[in-house]
Amino acid sequence: MLGSLSINQRAAILSILMLVCGLLIWEAAIPAQKAATELTEYERLMGLGEERAGVPPPSDVLAKAWEQLSNPFYDAGPNDKGIGIQIGYSIYRVLTGYALAAIVAIPLGFLIGMSQVAYKAFNPFIQVLRPISPLAWMPLALFIIQDSEASAIFVIFICSIWPMLINTAFGVAGVRSDWVNVARTHELGSFKTAFTVILPAAAPTIVTGMRISIGIAWLVIVAAEMLVGGTGIGYYVWNEWNNLDLTSVIFSILMIGVVGMLLDAAFSVLQRAVAYAE
Amino acid sequence: MSKPFLSVERLTQQFPDGQGGTLTVFENATFGVDQGEFVCILGHSGCGKSTIMNILAGLAEPTSGVVKMDAVEVSGPSLDRGVVFQNYSLLPWLSALKNVTFGVKARYPNWSKDKVEALARDFLAKVGLDGDVVHRKPSQLSGGMRQRVSIARAFANHPKLLLLDEPFGALDALTRGTIQDELLKIWGGTEQTVFMITHDIDEAILLADRILLMTNGPFARVAESVEINIPRPRNRTEIVEDPNYYAIRNHLVQFLGKRSKELAGEKIEQDDVRPETVRFDASGTSETTEEQTESSPLLRAVNT
Repeated sequence: MLGSLSINQRAAILSILMLVCGLLIWEAAIPAQKAATELTEYERLMGLGEERAGVPPPSDVLAKAWEQLSNPFYDAGPNDKGIGIQIGYSIYRVLTGYALAAIVAIPLGFLIGMSQVAYKAFNPFIQVLRPISPLAWMPLALFIIQDSEASAIFVIFICSIWPMLINTAFGVAGVRSDWVNVARTHELGSFKTAFTVILPAAAPTIVTGMRISIGIAWLVIVAAEMLVGGTGIGYYVWNEWNNLDLTSVIFSILMIGVVGMLLDAAFSVLQRAVAYAE
Repeated sequence: MSKPFLSVERLTQQFPDGQGGTLTVFENATFGVDQGEFVCILGHSGCGKSTIMNILAGLAEPTSGVVKMDAVEVSGPSLDRGVVFQNYSLLPWLSALKNVTFGVKARYPNWSKDKVEALARDFLAKVGLDGDVVHRKPSQLSGGMRQRVSIARAFANHPKLLLLDEPFGALDALTRGTIQDELLKIWGGTEQTVFMITHDIDEAILLADRILLMTNGPFARVAESVEINIPRPRNRTEIVEDPNYYAIRNHLVQFLGKRSKELAGEKIEQDDVRPETVRFDASGTSETTEEQTESSPLLRAVNT
């Protein structure tokens, strides 16, 4: 029977099985708390009737998810906003910082890729700046920019610039000389060559860099928002931890994963659109 | 003697040899190509054929010497000199049709989109590509089809000079034959001047009006210019019947097999560095040469 299914179908069945097993084990591993009415008087006196913080079972997380996702955009004051609003803030920061990084990195990457001198001149700076943890910039950014919102965006900018810059330079430098010669024998100017030959030729490499960057940006925004606070999914996680609401913490962790996956999927669509076979 | 359409004068190319010295690939290469003429250049690897091609295309600079086209010195690439590269050099992210319109648009920037496409389709049809095939990407085309697209792109631009750099080098023998026929067909309808590099003697005889022979490098030179006076239109089964065919073919085989090596490095001190013209007389079996100072008895023996 299993033999007649396609590889995808078999994989899907296996995935669901793993999920169900995992959830069952998780559910079973959480010791049930006795309801207050079932306790002996002694136990009640010992304070065991108080609700104890513990890792919530998956059923609680699912209930939480249902509750949050059915009304994601409610706003009941600074410490109580819907998950949709929090994620919206995070995506806004990521996309702003990311777009600024792309505006700088792609043209600069073109320059570095086209010119040996520019490559050698910029390389030492790139090599020193690239390994710096983006959060290390945070104090400096907060001091200079004096605005926590803009600082978070700056941190996203600085972390997403490097993969795009390096991949663009690499892609542009690696464009086959035959194609450049085609542009030359057709008397295309520098701009025309850049846009009609070099950009499409280097696009797969550039988009790969962009995809790496968006992944890093989404990793960093959670940490950055934990530091700057106020709004965003990172702040939400930290806030729920302070509230000792682990159900919400687990739910938001899952949401971070889902949004990250969607961002990556968007770039994989773009990647397929610019791909070409030689 | 009037100046030919394309005139290559005392072209010399030297490269650093990696040990501080210089390596002279070829020296004083001098020849002309007339308007509408199909000229092939034959020689062994390393004699600098491709370098000559790149210089003619304007993609490389010679160490010394000049190339003049229409009495104007060639500097830098130009749409007047179309190139078909050995590895097709199609842009892989564009369809076959778009690859051709890419060239046509560059040539005629003011044309409407429809006009550009019509011309591109016209030339693709001339090399036997029509229907849905033109919307395929190069990776979905066979090697022969890719080279057809490349030829269509070059011809559609109506360059004054068409440069073919071993265009059939990467193709199998049968495909090569078909595309040679197609090249002859598309060329026959034009007054296109063509300069082509090849390794293949039969291909050169089939296509060319004149074959330039290069000696081996280093210090290679263009030693002879063999006229192929086989009447057109030609086809591969009929040219072998021509009384001159075997004489020409033997001459070329002997040159590439033997004399290109013997003549290698032989410096010529005289001022006139033009290649000797070799012509085979259609009526007899004897060979007449112009500007020839020494004639090889061996060659005559082979020819008779």
